[in-house]
Amino acid sequence: MTTISTARPVRSERSSLRWTISDVITMAKRNLLALVRIPTSLVFAVIQPIMFVLLFRYVFGGEIKIPGVSFVNYLIPGILVQTMLFGAVGTAIGLAEDLHRGLIERFRALPMARMAVLAGRTVSDLVRNVGVLLVITVVGFAIDFRPHGGVPDYIAACLLMLTFAYCVSWGFAFIGLAAPNSETAQAISFPVIFPLTFASAIFVQVSSMPGWLRPFANNQPVSQVTEAVRGLMLGTPTGSSVWVALAWSVGAIVVLGPLATSRYRKVA
Amino acid sequence: MPEFAVEALNIVRTFKDGEVRALDDVTLHVPQSQVFGLLGPNGSGKTTMVRILSTILLPTSGTATVNGVDVVKHPDRIRRSIGLAGQYATVDENLTGAENLKMIGSLNHLEKSFVVPRSKELLDQFGLTHAANRTVKTYSGGMRRRLDLAAALVAKPPLLFLDEPTTGLDPQSRQDLWAIIEELVEEGTTVLLTTQYLEEADRLAKQLVVLDHGKIIAEGTSQQLKTRLGNTVLVLTFLNTADAKRGEELIRDISSQPANVDGTVVEFTVDRGPVAAADALRRIDAANITLSGLTIREPSLDDVFLNLTGHKAEDPAPSDDDVTATSQSRKASS
Repeated sequence: MTTISTARPVRSERSSLRWTISDVITMAKRNLLALVRIPTSLVFAVIQPIMFVLLFRYVFGGEIKIPGVSFVNYLIPGILVQTMLFGAVGTAIGLAEDLHRGLIERFRALPMARMAVLAGRTVSDLVRNVGVLLVITVVGFAIDFRPHGGVPDYIAACLLMLTFAYCVSWGFAFIGLAAPNSETAQAISFPVIFPLTFASAIFVQVSSMPGWLRPFANNQPVSQVTEAVRGLMLGTPTGSSVWVALAWSVGAIVVLGPLATSRYRKVA
Repeated sequence: MPEFAVEALNIVRTFKDGEVRALDDVTLHVPQSQVFGLLGPNGSGKTTMVRILSTILLPTSGTATVNGVDVVKHPDRIRRSIGLAGQYATVDENLTGAENLKMIGSLNHLEKSFVVPRSKELLDQFGLTHAANRTVKTYSGGMRRRLDLAAALVAKPPLLFLDEPTTGLDPQSRQDLWAIIEELVEEGTTVLLTTQYLEEADRLAKQLVVLDHGKIIAEGTSQQLKTRLGNTVLVLTFLNTADAKRGEELIRDISSQPANVDGTVVEFTVDRGPVAAADALRRIDAANITLSGLTIREPSLDDVFLNLTGHKAEDPAPSDDDVTATSQSRKASS
């Protein structure tokens, strides 16, 4: 056994804001490494959305007719929104695991910024979403996805989706911190995600749904975001949907951010 | 440097709105540069004490300072001078050993130029160099525990909290960890060790506090604690339990304390071992009972514990077992 060297620990002198940013990056990096290393999480994040694209394009697609637009053009913007929402479940699972494995406890005894655990998690999920967005865009182009909205509008659509997903992920952070374990976190997340995803304009037109479902399906945030993204990508009218989607995002972070934060203060 | 690494005065910590008193008026003085042992069974309040001193949990009442700094008023200053290795090796199993240390270094706000060589040094010291680039998922329990300890040491903290560091380890891994702890203390580190293993406390700790149900029931050096119980334990092994019972009745008066009978083994705590042994042998022989073994041994801390609490150290205390893990209503703020 070698002896410990006599070098004294060198602490960097930085402002507390820079330290907070550095801590968030450290935590986000750690989460992304885990994402790449756990095969199931990679499959969940990347392979599953590709399967959805192929499933709807080639299996269900023949049955779904959307007037005035090819189904693949209609589908891809919706799949992108759906994938980001499903990704938020990962936020809940990841935080629940950290909490119950005692890792957060170790972090609490370190001189790091306290908020870095939550912020790092939501930021790494944001980065994952950017990656998934690129992959699906490429897959989409390979199966005849042809957006006509122009590059600036395409980018705007992406930013809108990412913003919405980021804001919503704070709600799933709350679920992750409130659940007794990661399995429960996952089990609670899906009943929240499913109605928002499937009773929406993501895969089919709301006008094809029964009358009682339409008011919800039309006005719920996921439909609004999907309408906005689809309009921007395809170059069709977006109406008020972009502003409504942004309003939902702001509303989500204003309500869910403090909710997750106060839960974090209680449990960690 | 203040005289005491840790000074805790009249610490009380309740859970579930006061229903459970996990710590009940505990006062500790931990001297610098030695191992201080916090001994007790599960649920006795050891972990709660460590969590308060490492700024994870606030005390309900009482005051505590770590190296002269108040744990409630300046938790951030304390976090820079402590290391914490937990009961459950809290390392990230999706990262490699080296990545774990780098992460902890960076969250300790240390320069990369320090953390990189320091991580190498620790991995080497703890025999993990060969596994440095493997994810922790592939590590054995002993390796995880060593990495956990290494992570606590990245910033070279003068004070180390070790919360049941060897629980669940095989004997060899335990010996290895003990050697590491002894080496750290030789180099000047102060260690606050909690354990439910009396052997461990006996081997490592210079001073001990015995906790039971959140209260201190004894303190002193392990030698002092043992002396409190008379000098020697006489262990008689009989051929069968009926003989053991009869034998125990025959020689009951050789000790002022009741015997500990476990199947065919009968143990007496006695003042003068050899004299009591000779006396016991004579009387058992006269009654025509055959012994299969007789040992005279120094009392272990197990004997002390049994004597102080009426139950064995490894038995969980009957109440408030998992309180610290489940009820965490009042947390420390940063």
